[in-house]
Amino acid sequence: MTVTITEAGNTNKLELTTSPHLHNQWTTKKVMWMVVAALAPSLLAAVLFFGIYQLLIITTAVVFAVGTEYAIQTVRKQKLSVVDGSAALTGLLLALTLPPNFSLSSTAIGSIVAIGLGKQIFGGLGYNIFNPALVGRAFLQAAFPVAITTWSTNKFAVDSVTSATPLAAFKFDRITAGLSEMFLGSTGGSLGETSALAILIGGIFLIAVGIVNWRIPFSMIIGMIVFGAIFNFIDPVKYPAPLFHLFAGGFLFAAFFMATDWVTSPVTNKGMWIFGFGISFVLIVIRLFGGLPEGVMYSILFMNAFVPIINRVTIPKIFGSVKGAAA
Amino acid sequence: MALKTFHGGVHPPEFKKLTETLIFEVMPAPQEIYIPLNQHLGKEAIASVKKGDSVSIGSILAEADGFISAPIHSPVCGTVTSISKQTTPTGFPQQTIVIKTNEQLENLFMSPLNPKTITPEEIIERVKNAGIVGQGGAAFPTYIKLTPPKDKQIEFVILNGCECEPYLTRDYRFMIERPEAVIEGLTLFLKAMGVVKGYIGIEDNKPEAIKIITRAAENENNIEVFSLKTKYPQGAEKMLVKAITGREVPPGKLPLEVGTVIQNIGTAVAVYDAVVKGEPAVTAALTVTGKGVKNPKNLLVPVGTPIKDVLDYCGGINGDAVKLIVGGPMMGVAQFDLMAPILKATSGILVLTREEVSRGEETACLKCGQCIDVCPLNLMPTKLVRYTQLGRFEDAGLFGITVCMECGTCAYTCPANIPLVQWLRLGKQRVKQIQRQQAGLQN
Ligand code: SF4
Ligand code: SF4
Repeated sequence: MTVTITEAGNTNKLELTTSPHLHNQWTTKKVMWMVVAALAPSLLAAVLFFGIYQLLIITTAVVFAVGTEYAIQTVRKQKLSVVDGSAALTGLLLALTLPPNFSLSSTAIGSIVAIGLGKQIFGGLGYNIFNPALVGRAFLQAAFPVAITTWSTNKFAVDSVTSATPLAAFKFDRITAGLSEMFLGSTGGSLGETSALAILIGGIFLIAVGIVNWRIPFSMIIGMIVFGAIFNFIDPVKYPAPLFHLFAGGFLFAAFFMATDWVTSPVTNKGMWIFGFGISFVLIVIRLFGGLPEGVMYSILFMNAFVPIINRVTIPKIFGSVKGAAA
Repeated sequence: MALKTFHGGVHPPEFKKLTETLIFEVMPAPQEIYIPLNQHLGKEAIASVKKGDSVSIGSILAEADGFISAPIHSPVCGTVTSISKQTTPTGFPQQTIVIKTNEQLENLFMSPLNPKTITPEEIIERVKNAGIVGQGGAAFPTYIKLTPPKDKQIEFVILNGCECEPYLTRDYRFMIERPEAVIEGLTLFLKAMGVVKGYIGIEDNKPEAIKIITRAAENENNIEVFSLKTKYPQGAEKMLVKAITGREVPPGKLPLEVGTVIQNIGTAVAVYDAVVKGEPAVTAALTVTGKGVKNPKNLLVPVGTPIKDVLDYCGGINGDAVKLIVGGPMMGVAQFDLMAPILKATSGILVLTREEVSRGEETACLKCGQCIDVCPLNLMPTKLVRYTQLGRFEDAGLFGITVCMECGTCAYTCPANIPLVQWLRLGKQRVKQIQRQQAGLQN
């Protein structure tokens, strides 16, 4: 609502919106594009380690994610939200969890499922329960179990040990890859997941600008070190050292970019701790006792389902009250 | 040592540079002034003049009605031309005394009192008769705060020198220009209440004020100055009490619940002037600022001056102004009528341009939790707003919507640009309405 006034020869239209009249200038769109920017180092690492073809996978994933959102919203006659960048981000995240040289048609299917089943079926951005990119990824895992665990050789791999994913090598052959290779990323693995360095650059950037709440990655990492150390202490031969867990598989990528998805993680600070520890716990159980070498995707999806409950049990105590809010 | 503060809060840009170095200017009375009968929290005052009466500066225009009310004095010499409904900056029209001013400057102030020999009763009486109301926003009659219920033991009086609202520099200028009045005002509060300890809390973005006030308080052993972390809303009563005393005021309660009374810097100065000069509350001190006004100023204005005259005095507004606000940018009220008058407790007029008030497009809630993280009262704005939107007022009440002080911290932060405060206000009103109905049924 506006009202027109004339004052000292000027005619001004005055807005009558309510307080506060200032805003920190963040928008949904800005947030999404910032996350995309934070993924740039991982994207570069993917191309560097696995070749230019990976750009095709990424492009396919993004185009189909955006296209699916556009199509669904057009059919449902909803306001088009494609410019907010969230669909593009989902596509990008999905692509970075895929193995190098993955088939483009399967990538497209993954994106369609991520947006269709992961997001729009719940009512679009803000209403989905599960991380859309992980829904797409889980679907591909179920539909193409062989293709999605076929790892092409990393161009910088020093020997056959590092060409398999470190987790699979450990799980099936009890071989631990070198930590420095895992840190830089010259091992086998998914596009965006091999280089811890690239992930940390983007992740720390997101924490610095206030998009990622540090509690989630931090509690996941601490959880992983603690749980890993306990098992490693029990039987160092059977269970790998805690640091191996941190740098292996998609753990770090998930800790900074997947578990931290606003919509599907808890809203309270305390809840974020529970969520992060929970993911690490489920993950270590899957890694050490499950049939799969990698399980971070499932552990996050699993904890996503508990977010409403976590939110309910971590309602902050109202300032000055002795008991909880609902008391 | 970590600076004293509270949990949550935000750091909006300050924009105080526009006016912080400008000395208070006295604005001459305009041709016509408008004095609403209710400029305070509580009962409307009763007019004691009628159309045609002539009045002088300090003449009583209206008497307090009952316990929570305040008398009103004339800020000018002139003639009452009508008593009628007029617009006010709150957005609601009020019974208003309209006075046509003349050139005379005769004043009928009360007799000056000696602050050294004055008794507590005399202070309270003077504050009451001078019609002084809190300058911190709510405009609660000040004398009531000086006479708390007998069962409440008051240990501290805290002067609020935070001025945490961006843009405003009124309290800052008072601290710089009139430090003795600030300290003397606080001493009068302490004396009136029989309280020993007085604190002054100032945000650390005002080092000059901290320096000057500390120096002015040097010889007062019972007054302590605190430098507080600059963070919005550090000046909210509950946040200030927490930062200085570490005590938490319970939900729905006043600071006196934890033995504390808070007074504003401007109120201390007004009380000092009422005692030492016998001057009633006829002048409003305010900051006129924002990129939309030609010459930003700190002003002393006769109460009742229309906003239009104040803006004209400041050179008028620029063509790109898009918002006119009375109060600060976080909690102030957008105006639609330039004839609305300045009230006793008006602290600022902001004229803001598109660049200053721009906000992004609203989207669905992203469940980011940032509103919860920043809410100084630990509420869950996203949840409260959701319940309000769904009409689930009982749940909104259960989760503490009525505790919300509408400080705007959550809405300032929300990346989805949801007008959270607008919804919270609506929800609060409905919940309170329902609670009143239920209370009525039980009686
Ligand atoms: S407006 Fe209410 S809910 Fe929002 S931050 Fe302030 S007190 Fe909390
Ligand atoms: S800050 Fe806004 S988007 Fe984030 S949870 Fe609160 S209401 Fe939702």
